[in-house]
Amino acid sequence: MHFTKDHEWVRLDGDVATVGISKHAADQLGDVVFVETPEAGKTVGKGDSFAVVESVKAASDVYAPVSGEVIEGNVVLATAPETVNADPEGEGWFAKIKVSYAGQIDGLMDRASYDAFLASL
Amino acid sequence: MTDATLKTSVLNAAHRAAGARMVGFGGYDMPVQYEGVLAEHRWTREHAGLFDVSHMGQCKITGPDAIAQFQRFVPGDYQVLKSGRQKYSLLLNEQGGIIDDLMAGKPDHDGLFVVVNAGNKDEDFAFWAEHLSGDAKLTVLDDRALIAIQGPEAAEVMAKHEPVLAEFGFMDCARLMLFGVDCYVSRSGYTGEDGYEISVPAADAERVWNTILEDARVKPIGLGARDSLRLEAGLPLHGHDIDPTTSPVEGALTFALSKSRKEAADFNGAERILKELAEGPSRVRVGLSVKEGAPAREGAEIADLDGKVIGKVTSGGPSPTLGRNIAMGYVPPAHAALGTELKVIVRGKAAAAEVIDMPFVAQRYYRKPKA
Repeated sequence: MHFTKDHEWVRLDGDVATVGISKHAADQLGDVVFVETPEAGKTVGKGDSFAVVESVKAASDVYAPVSGEVIEGNVVLATAPETVNADPEGEGWFAKIKVSYAGQIDGLMDRASYDAFLASL
Repeated sequence: MTDATLKTSVLNAAHRAAGARMVGFGGYDMPVQYEGVLAEHRWTREHAGLFDVSHMGQCKITGPDAIAQFQRFVPGDYQVLKSGRQKYSLLLNEQGGIIDDLMAGKPDHDGLFVVVNAGNKDEDFAFWAEHLSGDAKLTVLDDRALIAIQGPEAAEVMAKHEPVLAEFGFMDCARLMLFGVDCYVSRSGYTGEDGYEISVPAADAERVWNTILEDARVKPIGLGARDSLRLEAGLPLHGHDIDPTTSPVEGALTFALSKSRKEAADFNGAERILKELAEGPSRVRVGLSVKEGAPAREGAEIADLDGKVIGKVTSGGPSPTLGRNIAMGYVPPAHAALGTELKVIVRGKAAAAEVIDMPFVAQRYYRKPKA
């Protein structure tokens, strides 16, 4: 699993990246009450806002950690947005993206680097 | 880390020790949440929540001309207000726009005790310092903290500390010794629940805060839940739902216009306000049930069923009590009738909405039985 400085995570399996927000991000947001995930077929560029997550207080953009084509948005989040808080780095994934090239995650942080980054905040 | 430009409440260390997440609000570093907004919201609706609202402005306006002078800029009748009572009102500019909303009462026999919004207090105090004439004196009480306890168990909790508080009705107020110190207390709040607001000397605030929290029915509540609670109660937030361009008629706050004052037409902006009462305003604040999609928040456009934009949302979000999204915003009176079907536009998507009555969640103020 790799992480961005915007607190998204990505897990690459072949050329399919599963993406979501980190536990740290979910904790910071607090109670998630609404998630808008992208529909299959949508093309996203690395760094584009591709989903929206809302707490009681505010809406926040979620940025794509990789470029590619969305093959699935997590429909569970439409009816159970609290899944993002309960299991942010597992069942609370946002989308699966068919990546345009696999080397994209090279610039991202691994778990140890991300933990060090969090400690520096 | 604290933003060095922010002021702090005297309870700041207590909030941090309790693990609160802090944010800047009204120029102050304040707790937005402790355990979580939803849990705190529900706790307040079911038990008792304790709020630090020390960022709000507190002052006294005293002297023989205090009430007559104060009344020049508000539309409420404070001459007839009985001692031991307080009243919600609006500080108006010459155009009848709302400079701020406030609570003013007669807790003792020494003029008015007034509480105003944090973000406007410097402006309000400067306004009064400039405009109060005759023998009326403004004294800013910046050596006091303000603590609110709200919720269905608030009265029982406070009665344990001071039995006389149980005898207060909604909007009763007094200056009395509480926790061994000189306090101003009113039975009021900003959540729609029964409860009290307690002005306490800053030096004693932390002791009072911790003493009230010793009761297991009480938990500290952050400003996040304070906002969702007041939204459910249909209460406007100044700077968002009302501002210096909105009149009391547009803001659906005509209950704050006393009959005697309307007849006398002797307050700032009376001309516009009376005209709007007679002919109707061009826009009015309404409650909306957002029936699908994302929460509609401040700034979201409101459209009619033809897609024509007719107004804007000024506050909105999920209602934890109702389990659906609610909002308030301004629309022309032709679209303001209860049951009117409208659309709210969130991130380019139009979602069905309906004008519904406020408060969204029934207020549970304590009204004393008539003797």
